[in-house]
Amino acid sequence: MDLGKDKMLEMYRMMTRIRLFEMRVRDLATANEIPGFVHVSIGEEASATGVCAALRPTDRITSTHRGHGHLIAKGGRLDRMMAEIFGKRTGYCKGKGGSMHIVDFSLGILGANGIVGGGIPIATGSALATVIAQRDEVTACFFGDGASNEGTFHESLNLAAVWKLPVIYVCENNGFGEFTPMQTVTSVTDIAVRAQAYGIPGVVIDGNDVLEVYRCASEAIARARAGEGPTLIECKTYRWEGHVVGEQAFLGKASYRSEAEVAEWKARCPLLRFEKFAAESGKISAAELKKIREETEAELEAAVKFARESPLPDPAEVTDDVFSG
Amino acid sequence: MPTTFIQAINQALSEEMERDPLTFVMGEDVVLSAFGATKGLIDKFGPRRVRNTPIAEAGFVGAAVGAAMAGARPICEVEFASFFYCAMDQVCNQAAKLRYMSGGQARMPITFRCVYGAMGGAAAQHSETVYAQFLSVPGIKLVVPSNPSDMKGLLKSAIRDDNPVIVFEHGALGGHREEIPPGEYLTPLGQAAVKRAGEHATVVAIGAMVPRTLRVAEKLAKEGISVEVIDPRTLVPLDEAAILASVEKTNRAVVVDEGHWRGGAAADIAAIIGEKAFDFLDGPVRRVTTLDVPIPFSPPLEKAALANEAKIEAAIRAAVGR
Ligand SMILES: Cc1ncc(C[n+]2csc(CCOP(=O)(O)OP(=O)(O)O)c2C)c(N)n1
Repeated sequence: MDLGKDKMLEMYRMMTRIRLFEMRVRDLATANEIPGFVHVSIGEEASATGVCAALRPTDRITSTHRGHGHLIAKGGRLDRMMAEIFGKRTGYCKGKGGSMHIVDFSLGILGANGIVGGGIPIATGSALATVIAQRDEVTACFFGDGASNEGTFHESLNLAAVWKLPVIYVCENNGFGEFTPMQTVTSVTDIAVRAQAYGIPGVVIDGNDVLEVYRCASEAIARARAGEGPTLIECKTYRWEGHVVGEQAFLGKASYRSEAEVAEWKARCPLLRFEKFAAESGKISAAELKKIREETEAELEAAVKFARESPLPDPAEVTDDVFSG
Repeated sequence: MPTTFIQAINQALSEEMERDPLTFVMGEDVVLSAFGATKGLIDKFGPRRVRNTPIAEAGFVGAAVGAAMAGARPICEVEFASFFYCAMDQVCNQAAKLRYMSGGQARMPITFRCVYGAMGGAAAQHSETVYAQFLSVPGIKLVVPSNPSDMKGLLKSAIRDDNPVIVFEHGALGGHREEIPPGEYLTPLGQAAVKRAGEHATVVAIGAMVPRTLRVAEKLAKEGISVEVIDPRTLVPLDEAAILASVEKTNRAVVVDEGHWRGGAAADIAAIIGEKAFDFLDGPVRRVTTLDVPIPFSPPLEKAALANEAKIEAAIRAAVGR
């Protein structure tokens, strides 16, 4: 697949926005400017970006507790996301959701989710709605390796396979669920082989290669849109940061992975890899990439300012939105 | 010894695992222990009895049920209480009912531990007080300790109990430190504690609401309002006698709980008082609870939603008319 230069630059911009946003959120949470639990996806930018770049604006996604990257990649605005994470009234959910629960229906973002595996049946149902309405949108479902041990994963894959639903399941396998190494609680090395049990295609890809993710997602999305049913894509990746910002307070001196392993994965940085590819391709200049980084930094600065200066919700709003109508 | 909730849990688990070789601990991340309650158990008891589970609540909660039916004594951690929703069939249809439905054949010695309650910005899926959901499922005992000393004694009793017991540990109390008795002791399930004697009103407070209610009682005492604070400690079985005896003495009742107003533990206890102590009451039984909304994320909204000391004080003042 020959990607145009614009598409490639767009993907680089998305990855940069995710990286810088997440680094900033991590720092703000560390400085106690953000309430609650914060999970960042630094190192996992390519899977979110590659998949969402292959979707249409009218397509939908579901996400997870580690969802900022998915939401940004699907078009989420940094300022309203940041405001939500700060608990401000101008945030996407008026301060009711927070970091783990950002939603923007207008962009097809059905939501991050605090329940591991919670989004998988929702994505499946979103695809079902498409069939009911006889439309052609596709739903992409993001989840972790840990979530693939939940019953919801298995029940959903079977259901989507039987009904040939237009959904793609994207497992971001970062090797851990909280502090537990994946291989100690998972019966298979590759989550993708589980697709066989449900009679659907399953593929393992390098989740840090945004171009490979884009290519593979495009094929699966085309299949789904053509009514041929779901695909399971496993993106091998790694989270550079802890499970949750501030996890060392829980862990004390204990650790669950080696510094060498983290360093090894940092060397496989999705952004560096793209930059290298760009340099080798001769089509994209370093100056173009630098410009994107600078523009993103300005965008992020404005987002933080917006979040800081936005008002908190009025306590009287606490009873709003429990029911509609 | 000044001891935190977490340390009290750790002591109880360690003592009971030493006592009974058929006990074992399982749950997500119990080996490293995110909150510290199971820390070090792996070194003492090894991987056969301290098991990290996959993230699969329906599966491992159900496995606890099966293990209990076949003779083991599981201690099963369900991290955040809201994750019980992922395993409701296993708890409510299986664990709760199988003894009864098998004509008393099944023994179900399972202890579930979970963290409940609002702890500041954890939002609706990690902040809920969910014991009420089990209150209307006969066959499950419910334990809600309010201090480290009860935590240890009640957890040990729960582990020795031959029924499914869920122990609810408040997320904001984990690091709270208090003196606890030295060595081995058990606190029986079904026995309330009178945390403070008083004459003008009975306040039944549950879990994390107990220390808050005690602070309010202290404050009101300075104005001559004398409040009796009862901590039921277990919601099933419930020490009705202790609650009713207190209401008969004070003639006024307030129930304070972090759960919701409708269908909650407060509603349940208020109804029992209304039905069984009607003749002694000088006014309606009041409830101080969390509003009937999912717990919001943003701090000012969360504060507005939750039961707090100001609301407790207002309800007691309304009850005594001062
Ligand atoms: C139903 C449920 N169980 C447990 C948790 C606690 N929890 C939050 S994130 C997490 C690990 C998830 O691992 P994975 O799905 O691989 O995603 P990752 O965090 O690695 O991105 C766990 C156990 C939860 N939020 N929901």
